[in-house]
Amino acid sequence: MDIPYTVKNRPDTGLYNGKLGVWLFLASEVMLFGGLFSAYIFLRTGVDDWPTGTEYLDVPLATLNTLFLISSSVTMVMSWASLKLNDFKKYKLYTLITLLFAFGFLVIKYFEYSAKFAHNPPYLPSTNNFLGIYFTMTGLHVLHIIGGILVIGYFYGPGSKMWNSDPERFTNRIEIVGLYWHFVDLVWIFLFPVLYLL
Amino acid sequence: MSELTPEEVKHHIKTYVLVFIALAFLTIVTVGISYLDLGHVGGIILALIVASIKGTLVACYFMHLLDEKVTIYWTLIATVVAFLILIFVPLSAMLDHARI
Repeated sequence: MDIPYTVKNRPDTGLYNGKLGVWLFLASEVMLFGGLFSAYIFLRTGVDDWPTGTEYLDVPLATLNTLFLISSSVTMVMSWASLKLNDFKKYKLYTLITLLFAFGFLVIKYFEYSAKFAHNPPYLPSTNNFLGIYFTMTGLHVLHIIGGILVIGYFYGPGSKMWNSDPERFTNRIEIVGLYWHFVDLVWIFLFPVLYLL
Repeated sequence: MSELTPEEVKHHIKTYVLVFIALAFLTIVTVGISYLDLGHVGGIILALIVASIKGTLVACYFMHLLDEKVTIYWTLIATVVAFLILIFVPLSAMLDHARI
């Protein structure tokens, strides 16, 4: 039995099912990260003295990571546009670049976390509330990056076979993977100034 | 997103490049603002305004929100309302604290 509305839009929603499903998932993600932003405001406004990010964090590395993520976002949307233009080779190229930027983000994050743990005394989530919320929010974000890499990696590798059998459905899949990836970028756009710069 | 002709897709690609340049520029602006002496509240407000502009660019162009269906808009309106309640809960606690 075929799954309905994977390519054609449903008459009632005007969307194919996968797209509405991902938007609803992203709505729940807004609430997940929203809860943590709310906790951050609660912790920060509850004390007279709150450290600036520069006291503990590496702003140049985080700036580089921001550039990596926005670059990966543009290559992600370019990979979808390539499929719309029936250019599968370019799709593969842009997807590969997206994955490289995503891995680059993780490598930089690894160096950032390592520097915190290697500090004497170590900077741990238990050290103070600032580091507690920093590790919680960036850790959750890193998990989202890893999830994105797994899904994008699948559609770069074995999942890309669908292009030969059902190109429209495959293009839609890349569009909704892109929605998730741009959301992960969007969360970082707010995490970066809130944690590192303010 | 509705069906696009190859010409429309090519036009979109040009927009994506422009949005990318704007995002990179605004990232540098965000870092620059943190070095300015704007006062505590001024710095926070300006940094969040720049972050909101960047977020809007990503949502409108990369996530194609400008061309989306009404169903998505209603979903997002409900999300934004719930998100604002979540954000204002700690602020209301802060106001209570100030009253005491």
